[in-house]
Amino acid sequence: MEPIRSHTIAVLVDNEAGVLARVIGLFSGRGYNIDSLTVAKVEDSRNLSRITVVTSGTEMVIEQIKAQLDRLVPVHKVQDLTIDGPSLERELALIKVVSTGEKRVEALRLADAFRARVLDSSTQSFVFEITGNTSKIDAFIDLMRGLGLAELSRTGVVAIQRGTGAL
Amino acid sequence: MAQNMMTGAEMVLKALVDQGVDTIFGYPGGAVLPIYDALYQQDDIKHVLVRQEGGAAHAAEGYARSTGKVGVLLVTSGPGATNAVTGLTDALMDSIPLVCITGQVPTHLIGNDAFQEADTVGITRPCTKHNWLVKDIKDLARVLHEAFYVARSGRPGPVVVDLPKDIQLTTGLYTPPANVQHKSYRPQVKGDLNKIREAVELIAAAEKPVFYTGGGVINSGPQASQLLRELVRITGFPITSTLMGLGAYPASDKQWLGMLGMHGTFEANHAMHDCDLMICVGARFDDRITGRVNAFSPNSKKIHIDIDPSSINKNVRVDLPIIGDCGHVLEDMIKVWKSKQYRPNRTALEAWWKQIDEWRARDCLRYRPSSDIIKPQYAIQRLHALTKSHDTYITTEVGQHQMWAAQFIGFEEPNRWMTSGGLGTMGYGLPAAIGVQMAHPDALVIDVAGEASIMMNIQELATAIQYRLPVKVFILNNQYMGMVRQWQELLHGNRYSESYMHALPDFVKLAEAFGAVGLRCDKPDALDDTINEMIAIRRPVIVDCMVDQKENCFPMVPSGAAHNEMILGPEDEAHRDISVEGMALV
Ligand SMILES: Cc1cc2nc3c(=O)[nH]c(=O)nc-3n(C[C@H](O)[C@H](O)[C@H](O)COP(=O)(O)OP(=O)(O)OC[C@H]3O[C@@H](n4cnc5c(N)ncnc54)[C@H](O)[C@@H]3O)c2cc1C
Ligand SMILES: Cc1ncc(C[n+]2csc(CCOP(=O)(O)OP(=O)(O)O)c2C)c(N)n1
Ligand SMILES: [Mg+2]
Repeated sequence: MEPIRSHTIAVLVDNEAGVLARVIGLFSGRGYNIDSLTVAKVEDSRNLSRITVVTSGTEMVIEQIKAQLDRLVPVHKVQDLTIDGPSLERELALIKVVSTGEKRVEALRLADAFRARVLDSSTQSFVFEITGNTSKIDAFIDLMRGLGLAELSRTGVVAIQRGTGAL
Repeated sequence: MAQNMMTGAEMVLKALVDQGVDTIFGYPGGAVLPIYDALYQQDDIKHVLVRQEGGAAHAAEGYARSTGKVGVLLVTSGPGATNAVTGLTDALMDSIPLVCITGQVPTHLIGNDAFQEADTVGITRPCTKHNWLVKDIKDLARVLHEAFYVARSGRPGPVVVDLPKDIQLTTGLYTPPANVQHKSYRPQVKGDLNKIREAVELIAAAEKPVFYTGGGVINSGPQASQLLRELVRITGFPITSTLMGLGAYPASDKQWLGMLGMHGTFEANHAMHDCDLMICVGARFDDRITGRVNAFSPNSKKIHIDIDPSSINKNVRVDLPIIGDCGHVLEDMIKVWKSKQYRPNRTALEAWWKQIDEWRARDCLRYRPSSDIIKPQYAIQRLHALTKSHDTYITTEVGQHQMWAAQFIGFEEPNRWMTSGGLGTMGYGLPAAIGVQMAHPDALVIDVAGEASIMMNIQELATAIQYRLPVKVFILNNQYMGMVRQWQELLHGNRYSESYMHALPDFVKLAEAFGAVGLRCDKPDALDDTINEMIAIRRPVIVDCMVDQKENCFPMVPSGAAHNEMILGPEDEAHRDISVEGMALV
């Protein structure tokens, strides 16, 4: 069996009705994994949106995913950020922790160590904002589990290539 | 300016005319009445009223496949659109260019579960190449032209334009087709020359080569078939084709090995298995071709020419992919071959052909002849013999009869063979024949049918009558869903669960009820007369050809087996155990 790897793929698409459904339908219809998916308008003048999708599969499957995305009519460009040179990945999470006493103090101390910001606090809760790559956020969330983790909201991954190259 | 102001409905027809359309297939309903009203008031476009929207889609497919043009259908919202879905899926699987215009409830009612509302763009998204819901008259002309561009460019396919009724009634400015680049969809047509040189070098060095060609050669147009013939001739290599590619290379030629795959010939499949170089031109390594993938042609280098990058390395890893239109790529390959003055390796090829001739000597399409019952293979052989001097087009339904037609009708030219390959849609053949006959009014158009399949779209016989289309339905009547029965024998201990066709109609009377001619034949020695009579009648005819009920279609690569593990006939079948994994395959 070929090894399965995670890839982060950036897709530049027309910002029109149905594009997201088309991309998601492609993944579900063909049985590909979606580990994370984000989408937002990025270019007003040409009315383009950027979809960042984190997926996993064998090399042959990843190649298929890219070819399948590329042949969708409203897709302008497809870039495999995992292969095309070094890239940056970031995710943002909002994390609500409800606790008192020792646990509350510990949560705040760890937040500081992870450079998470306190966006909101009450006597019994914090809402932290943290950005970073997925593994950093996962690690922080794991720590919060024992300290009163109550609610979690994550953006999913956005990514961009390092250096002068542009999609 | 003023003459370019028109209603959405008029714009649809204007765009069709500007796109070179002269015939459309359709069925009216509330949500398309404005377009039907506009149709009534013009003479440029001929509308063919089918009897069910599924028939419109298959008729448009037959029209498209036999002409190389885009097929067009027009259906109403809701049930009209959902009835067309099977045909759209069929066209997607077989790369047939279609533009399907669907009516929709008015924009302000969309999403309200209005009368005859269906989420047509949602339903057809996975079964079209692309689709559009037009909510503004300003977008309509552009979208219609774009629809034709997308349907026919690159790998062809079906598209849907969903048009709310209020937009059909709104007046706006029509813009004619413009020659501007599409902003995002621009398939690569020319192949990479370095790769083409590399490919030609491999061809010159090959010792046991084979051309494996497919529907892409037909999609590319007749020129590609000519170029393919030239390349095959100058190399002296053997050539086989998929079901979808039949006719691109003449079946009467000595380099032709017959079709490959599940019901392909022994020689074609063995050549594929043992070759050292496979040159795939416009075919997609479908599972009907590869059999067990890990046993597929284990020792060959593989060149794959395809216009769609997603066809490359989908099922089988290839060594040298060339993205581009096969017509252009073949042309460049021939140029390189000639300019470098390559010569094929004659000695090696001689040995290879000797091997191939040994495989051929197995005579794999042989069957036990009979003088009292009509063997289905014999019926097709006679049909071919008696029609080949005519201007003949063949369509089929799906099942054993389809495979026998593929095996026993020798196609000499492209675009003469319309069959549902990828989806395998029973009910395809009769409406497809109607589409073909519309495009070729004087030709002899024959639907080779099974008695089960023909029942799926028999209503279209009325269409043939209405438009005086002299299509012929040649039923190989074995009183079974033969292909299903064959699999039940192979895999399910002869338990014929629901595969016997009880309560069949009297096809002769059925033909007569529609106003067509019905003929029946049940004796081998009456067959030629029946076929000749059928040909001579310039009206729709159903021939109910009663054939051997128990005959099976061989050779066969059983599911989950390799190319060199073919079952050659009933004697062979007895000692085969199908693997558990094989049983799960379709
Ligand atoms: C009951 C039944 C049994 C069957 N048994 C067999 C069998 O034994 N043998 C068999 O062969 N088939 C069989 N089929 C058909 C099979 O299911 C597939 O439909 C068929 O094999 C696919 O043919 P193809 O590879 O030529 O691809 P197509 O579906 O015709 O696809 C064409 C390929 O060419 C590419 N292409 C399109 N345009 C161009 C262009 N201009 N230039 C270059 N490339 C282009 C496309 O991207 C695509 O990859 C059977 C079907 C049924 C219903
Ligand atoms: C719409 C549809 N339903 C079911 C099938 C499955 N199927 C494939 S072949 C076949 C039997 C066809 O019988 P008939 O038309 O009599 O042809 P024969 O095999 O007997 O020649 C069936 C049911 C199909 N291909 N299409
Ligand atoms: Mg039958």
